[in-house]
Amino acid sequence: MNSVAARWLAIVVGTVIVALAIGLYVNKLVRAPTPVSAQQAGPAQAQLTLGTTPAVGKLGGQPTWVSYLVREGGQWKHTTTFDVPAHSLVHITILNFDGESGLRNPFLSQVQGTVGGTMQLDGKTVKNISPDAASHTFTVPELGIVIPIKGVADDAPNQCEEMPCSLSQAHETVTFTMRTGKHGWIRWQCFVPCAAGFFTGFGGPMQTIGYMDGFLHVV
Amino acid sequence: MPEPPHFRRILILWAALSIIATPIVVLVWAPGLPPGNGSNVASGQVTDNAVLLGVVTPIAALMIVFFTYALIVFRRRDGGPEEGLAIRDHRGIQTTWLAATSVIVLLLAAYGTIRLFDEGAGGGQGPDPVAKPSGSVLPVQVIAQQWEFTFRYPTFGGVETPHLALPVDRNIALHVTSLDVIHSFWAHDLGVKADANPGVDNVAYVRPSEVRSFSIRCAELCGLFHGHMFDTGEVMSDGSFLAWIHRAQVAFGPGTGALPKFRSHYNPAPHRRAG
Amino acid sequence: MNTERTARSPLRGLIGFNVVSGILLGIVGFYFGWWLGHQIHFTNYEYVADTGQNDIALFLAYLFFVVGFLGGLGFLRYPLARMTGREPSHHENEEGGIRRYFGLCTDHKVIGLQYLLGIGIFFFIGGVNAMLIRAELLRPSPQLFGAGNYLTIVSLHGAMMMGIMTSGVLGPFANYFVPLMIGAKRMAFPRIESLTFWLLMAAGAILTSAVFFGGLPTGWTGYGPLNVQANMGMDSYIIFFILVGVSMTLLGLNLIATIVTMRAPGLTWGRLPIFCWGALSTSGLMVLAAPVLAAVLLMVGLDRTAQTSFFQTASGGSPYLYENLFWFFGHPEVYVLALPGFGIILELVPVFARKPLWGYRLAVAGMLGVALLSFFVWQHHLFVSGINAALRPFYMLSTEVISVPTGFIFLCGMATLWRASIRYTVPMLFCLAWFFNFFIGGITGVFLSDTPSNVSTHGSFFVMAHFHYTIMGGLVFAFFAAIYYWVPKMTGLRFNEALAKVHFWAMFIAFNSTFAPLFAAGLLGMPRRVSTYASSLQPINIWVSVSAFVLGLSMLVFLANVLYSLVIARKPAEPNPWDSKSLEWQVPTPVPVHNFDKVPVIDSEPYDYGTPPPPPRPAKAPAAAPG
Repeated sequence: MNSVAARWLAIVVGTVIVALAIGLYVNKLVRAPTPVSAQQAGPAQAQLTLGTTPAVGKLGGQPTWVSYLVREGGQWKHTTTFDVPAHSLVHITILNFDGESGLRNPFLSQVQGTVGGTMQLDGKTVKNISPDAASHTFTVPELGIVIPIKGVADDAPNQCEEMPCSLSQAHETVTFTMRTGKHGWIRWQCFVPCAAGFFTGFGGPMQTIGYMDGFLHVV
Repeated sequence: MPEPPHFRRILILWAALSIIATPIVVLVWAPGLPPGNGSNVASGQVTDNAVLLGVVTPIAALMIVFFTYALIVFRRRDGGPEEGLAIRDHRGIQTTWLAATSVIVLLLAAYGTIRLFDEGAGGGQGPDPVAKPSGSVLPVQVIAQQWEFTFRYPTFGGVETPHLALPVDRNIALHVTSLDVIHSFWAHDLGVKADANPGVDNVAYVRPSEVRSFSIRCAELCGLFHGHMFDTGEVMSDGSFLAWIHRAQVAFGPGTGALPKFRSHYNPAPHRRAG
Repeated sequence: MNTERTARSPLRGLIGFNVVSGILLGIVGFYFGWWLGHQIHFTNYEYVADTGQNDIALFLAYLFFVVGFLGGLGFLRYPLARMTGREPSHHENEEGGIRRYFGLCTDHKVIGLQYLLGIGIFFFIGGVNAMLIRAELLRPSPQLFGAGNYLTIVSLHGAMMMGIMTSGVLGPFANYFVPLMIGAKRMAFPRIESLTFWLLMAAGAILTSAVFFGGLPTGWTGYGPLNVQANMGMDSYIIFFILVGVSMTLLGLNLIATIVTMRAPGLTWGRLPIFCWGALSTSGLMVLAAPVLAAVLLMVGLDRTAQTSFFQTASGGSPYLYENLFWFFGHPEVYVLALPGFGIILELVPVFARKPLWGYRLAVAGMLGVALLSFFVWQHHLFVSGINAALRPFYMLSTEVISVPTGFIFLCGMATLWRASIRYTVPMLFCLAWFFNFFIGGITGVFLSDTPSNVSTHGSFFVMAHFHYTIMGGLVFAFFAAIYYWVPKMTGLRFNEALAKVHFWAMFIAFNSTFAPLFAAGLLGMPRRVSTYASSLQPINIWVSVSAFVLGLSMLVFLANVLYSLVIARKPAEPNPWDSKSLEWQVPTPVPVHNFDKVPVIDSEPYDYGTPPPPPRPAKAPAAAPG
């Protein structure tokens, strides 16, 4: 083992192992977003259907965590990064299967920043909801958009416990239209402290991209 | 060969460099440095930095001159002596050095204290400020939450807004508080920074001195979207500000109506509950 | 015993008390603790069910990992032997070739080399994280790692560097050279000395494992209540820093006991090498500050597991309490990083200036003064926090006063260069770079300590650039000076000087090119620890990132030099290549196990270099010959 060749070999093998370890480490940390594109709905218009669930179930890495999902082709997909067209109107429908939690800052119970300053809650046009009835919000602070989402009543029949939820189960439907601007990555998040069990309801799914936080990729 | 007068040479070089460099740094460079002149406290910080630069420039000049001289002149030369000169001490140099550094440090601390008591220099002073501006003060509450700042104007019906607007040339008291973890409200162009602690009313004073927009950022790591907690605020003329706040009262009426009564801070609930 | 081992097959050699057994038993312990935690804090417990986080299980898993690891290394043999009334061995593994380096060994020279390698590994991991940070900051919005993983990388970089590198100089160099410098045959507590090293290795592994448990979002400061809200990766951070705290405390106690009680005859306090004074003052800081860190993190651990509320406002706690306790440790901590650097610089400069250390007593006073004052400055980290606003002038004064004893160090170093015969060797280049970097670090500290100026710079990249100038520009440059100076003694091998010079110049230039522009970024309003910034700051950030990559490459040059010189070429070093008069260079290479056959008797001043000055001519006043 004392020959120079053996020492060279040891160095080369060691270098390869270290390089592999760094590669694995970086690979683990690199964000690998699988964005879902909003569907074209006319010139400069797009459509996106989202869902919120009390527990993501088998669709996510942490089955008990609350999460947003996106509906594409009649299927739920677990991603929170959405491609939306620039300088367009995006019509978003959110199907909420989760119960009421209540807002930490009741100010966010008012609809803000949408086209017309309103949203449709189960077909009715509203400007705000009761802060205590909020289940989640869909908020894009950079664009000034706040959508408070009413929770399913505690005594509603046929509630969905975890994804995949069927549309026949109890849910609230919120629709609104927002206007996008220039290209870029814009974060969105929920402002209701809905991460059950975590301190101030804001750990875990609230601090992990892919659950209650994500990005709008304006393309 | 007699030893050249190293000490005198260094003194002369140092004096020359200081006399040239210090006025340039203090009078030409320093006034243009950030944070600029967006407010009384920002201007105060610019002046403060200029004074500090005036003190440290001669010190830096001494270092540059000494090391350049010593590294060139006292290097080992071919054919020169192998060893240096065994000098172990010099009482006069030690005493002078100790006296000079002590005097500089005490003067700096005294000057900093005087500046600090000039309306608090833009820093958060806690719930019970020691340095206050004279005259009337417009209170504005800054509410930090994960991950957004919102703002509340108690003298305008407690209206809450997602953006900050301030009237020019008015004393503003920013009451910074948090709903969850520690954040820090940083209006860089106004020279204001105050930590947002849950359950604490941290007050910082500022008097914006020009109509302009300014950037707002969170300066204390607060979790996932800490880097995304930014916004742009506006300093407006008195008239524009009144028009803006009245529009806000209408536009954010429903949201403000849902709020609890204005308080200096809001106790965060633990929220460790079942889903 | 030695001959018996060599007769065994290589595979048999793996069996016994060594690092392999330690890792295996550690893994067993980890899974046992994990299982135990789930029995106590079972999975259908509401909190665990909701969050998918069982902090108690992870704490117990790490605890039993450490117990298993240390047990496998053989640390339990001595106490068990004492408990059962058998006579334990007092020397472990002091004979026996390469095997000594992979287990519990009571030879301080083996431990010094273990430290050097172990710390090198974690310094490398921390450095890789730094490269990843700069890769993310090439663009003003997060694209590579995303907001969450970026914070994990920042936190791991900060915690690794601040935790492991506290022992970066004392671990390898004080353990190796303090006994040699003071004429002792060993350290006062050799078994504890080995324990400090293996605790640090366990700590580093635990911190790195945080990526498997969701990472952590808090940075190295770990402020509450975010530290309670965080994922399980926070538990890795807590256990990491508790182990680092224990390791630091024990290392400090050991050095103090050694230096106070084991000096050779004639080695009076006035003859103690200045590096030992640096080690002694640092040890004092470690012993007094590190237990506070362990205690405060234990409180965080209780908040996370037993649902106490030390730092939660709503339940009567206060985040201010955490900030106070953390910085009561945290500020002495940065001097724990700086003081060994002072010691190395003042130890090395006389050798290469060929002069006695100028103002020995002043240098000692400077080190002790810095150590003492560092306990009275911690609230300068909290100038805008709203805590104790009326006390800010005091903390401004105390912080500025600390520059007086630091100035002593500069004066002593500068006056030692006066009328010297400077040899520009690689260690000397690193020492001179230290003066340059630490001066910039110190002078920017003037702005940070001044409260009005601090309002704008606190929490910005200005602070970040400042402490990289003092810690990387100070400690790490001193660390490399020590490596190039002492490793020929430790290994008996010589570095390739051309590669060493390439390393120095690349590192020095890239370091300054990386961190100097960050002062500007901070002044222009870029906060620390963000993955997004104003697009107008992108040119600065690209410049800094590219410079940082060059800085990383310069470290690879060093690594190549180590591998080439110490593994491939293996050219023997001269016994005293620097012509040093210090005691450690007078013993043979390799140093015998018990250092000295006969305890040396010291009868001269240290730093006996130089030609005596001519008697002053009566015509001239002494002022003409300063120094």
